[in-house]
Amino acid sequence: MYIYNDFDEKFVRERTRQFRGQVEKRLDGYLTEDEFKPLRLMNGLYLQLHAYMLRVAIPYGTLDSTKMRKLADIADKWDKGYGHFTTRQNIQYNWPKLKDVPDILDALANVGMHAIQTSGNCIRNVTADHFAGAAADEIEDPRPTAELLRQWSTDHPEFQFLPRKFKIAVSGAPNDRAVTKAHDIGIRMVRDDKGEAGYEIIVGGGLGRTPMVGKVIREFLPRAELLPYLEAILQVYNLRGRRDNKYKARIKILVHETGLDEIRDAVEKAYEFIKPEFSHPSDELVNGIARYFEPPQFNNVQTAAFDKALEENPALCSFVETNVAEHKNPAYGIVTISLKPVGGTPGDATSEQMRTVADLAEKFSHDEVRISHEQNIVLPHVRKADIAEIYQVLKEAGLATANIGLISDIIACPGMDYCALATARSIPIAQEISTRFNELKLEHEIGELKIKISGCINACGHHHVGHIGILGLDKAGIENYQITLGGDATETMALGERAGPGFSAEELVPALERLIDTYLNVRESSQEIFLDAYRRLGAEPFLTALYPEAEKDAA
Amino acid sequence: MTRAFTPKMVTANDLLEGDVIYLTADNKWSRLLSDAHVFTVETEANAALELAVGQQDRLVGAYLVDASADKDGNPTSLHFREEFRSRGPSNYPHGKQAEV
Ligand code: SF4
Repeated sequence: MYIYNDFDEKFVRERTRQFRGQVEKRLDGYLTEDEFKPLRLMNGLYLQLHAYMLRVAIPYGTLDSTKMRKLADIADKWDKGYGHFTTRQNIQYNWPKLKDVPDILDALANVGMHAIQTSGNCIRNVTADHFAGAAADEIEDPRPTAELLRQWSTDHPEFQFLPRKFKIAVSGAPNDRAVTKAHDIGIRMVRDDKGEAGYEIIVGGGLGRTPMVGKVIREFLPRAELLPYLEAILQVYNLRGRRDNKYKARIKILVHETGLDEIRDAVEKAYEFIKPEFSHPSDELVNGIARYFEPPQFNNVQTAAFDKALEENPALCSFVETNVAEHKNPAYGIVTISLKPVGGTPGDATSEQMRTVADLAEKFSHDEVRISHEQNIVLPHVRKADIAEIYQVLKEAGLATANIGLISDIIACPGMDYCALATARSIPIAQEISTRFNELKLEHEIGELKIKISGCINACGHHHVGHIGILGLDKAGIENYQITLGGDATETMALGERAGPGFSAEELVPALERLIDTYLNVRESSQEIFLDAYRRLGAEPFLTALYPEAEKDAA
Repeated sequence: MTRAFTPKMVTANDLLEGDVIYLTADNKWSRLLSDAHVFTVETEANAALELAVGQQDRLVGAYLVDASADKDGNPTSLHFREEFRSRGPSNYPHGKQAEV
C-alpha cells in the first residue's frame, strides 16, 4: 500500500483547508453558484437529482482495512450508511450535506484519501487491473506504474484545464481486466522479443456518445520512457484537442479526425522536445514506488482440507467456482466478493459490509482490498485453506452471492435514481433481471454473460462493451431501453451492435428471456458462452428472438 | 396564433441539503411538490424563475418544469424525471418518500 509522503500529505491538507474556506464563502453568500461550482467539482462534489454527491478516489482500486473502515465511518456519520462503488473504482456517497463535506474530506485525509480530480477536465483517478499483484497471468504489478501516474498527474500545472476529462487505465497482464482499450490512454504491460518488460500504449479509446476502441500508438515503450511519452501525448491533446464542441473534445475524436499516424508523429516530435526535461528515468521511479507494493510473504500451506471442504459443501463449491480466481501462488486464491445480491443495487455496500470486508482483509488477505470496475470487491491474497471460513463470514454478512461473471453480475450506473444527467433509470432494470433469472434458476446453466446498463449515452455503465448492453433513454416521456449485442470489454474489445428499436421497462426482461432461451438452444455446448455463440452465428438468430413480430411481418 | 403555454412550476435544489424544492404560491420554498404553485401564464412563470435565480444564497439551479393542476390547484409533474425528483430513488426508501 502506497503511503503518502510529506508532499502528498501537505498538498491534500492544503486543498481541504482551501475547500473549507470556499464552502464557508458560498454559505455566507460571498461566492455565487457559478463561482463555486468549478471549485466544488475540483473536489469531487456534484449536485445530483436529490442531493449532493461526493465522489472519492480510490487510486487503482486499492484499499486496506484502515481506509475501508474510514469509508464505512463516513457512510454512517455523514451519509445514509452505505456507499456506491463505481465503474471507475471510486466510491460515491449519495447524500452528503454541503456543510459537512469539508469534515468528510478531513476524515479522508486522515487515511491518505481524497476526492481531488474525480471531476473536471483533468486527468482523473488512474484505474488498474483489480487482480494486480495477485493474478497468475501477470507480467508485472501495474500499481507502481499507476501510482507514478497518480503523482505525475495530481495537480499537474499544465493539465488542469484540458479540452475534456482524461482517463488512464493500466493493466499488467495479457488478459485485460482494466478495459484499457476504452480509455483515453490505455497502458498494457508487455514483453518484447528479448523478454524485456515494457508498455504497449493505446490511445483514443472511450465509450460515451461516440464509442471507440483505442488504437496502439506505440507497440513497445521502454519502461524508462513512460512519463515523457505520456506528457507528450497530453501536450499534443491539450494543444490540438477541440475546445469548440464539448462532444468532440475527447482525445478519441482528435485521433479519429486527425488520423493515428499524424498524431503519432506529433507525439514523437513533442517527445523529443520534452525528453530532456525529465531527469529521472521512469523505470527508476516505478522501481522506487514498487517497494510499497512488495508482494506479501506467501506461505505454502496445505490445501488438502480445502479440497475436502469443497467436496462436502456444494454451496462453497459453487462459490469457489464463480468467485475465486487463480492466484500466482497455487496455495492461494483471489476471492471476489459480489456486490450484486439477488435484486440488490449493483455496487452498493453498507457500512456494516465494508467493516466485514475490512476485518476479512486484515485477517486473511494481507490487509489488501480491491475495488473492481465491475463494481465488486476483491480480497487479492487469500490462502485456500481459509476460504471456507471466509465464505461463512460472507454468508452471514449477505456478501456470499456466487455469481461473478454470470448474468446477475451486472454493471449498472446510478441512472435516474440519482444522476442528474440520466435519461432513464438503470438500477431497477438490473434488479429485475437478477431477480427474474434467479427465479428461473438458469444462471449457472447460462454461464459467463456480461450485462452492462447505462442510464444515458454517457455510458458510465459500459453498455457498449457488455455482451448484452442496455441503454436507458427517454422516448417521448417514457423510459425506453435499447439493447446492444456482442460487446466485449477485454483485450479482444468489440463495441456491441444496436439490435433495433428499444423496449419499454415492462417489455425488456421478457425480451431478454427470449434472447437467452435462443442462446441456450443454439449454442454448440455449455462451453460456448453467449459472446462466442454471437460471434459464430452473427446477430440474426438473436434478433429474431428479440423481435419475433418483425420476423413474422417480413415472412 | 400564439402557441399554447404548458403550465409550469419553479423548482431548484436547496443550497445546504441539495434537496429538491418548489416555489409556492406565497413565494416561499417547499420541499413538497404538493405545495408547488402552478403558473398558467407564461410571463408570470418567467418572472418567478428570474426571482428564483436571484436567490443564490439559498438554492442552486432553479428551472421551470411542465406541470398541470387540477381544479383545486393541486400540482402534478408531467415528466417521469420530475416525478422521481419529487419522491426519491426507487431502490431505497430514501429522500422525500421517507419523510412523508
Ligand atoms: S451513464 Fe449517464 S445516467 Fe449513468 S451515471 Fe453516467 S451520466 Fe449518469
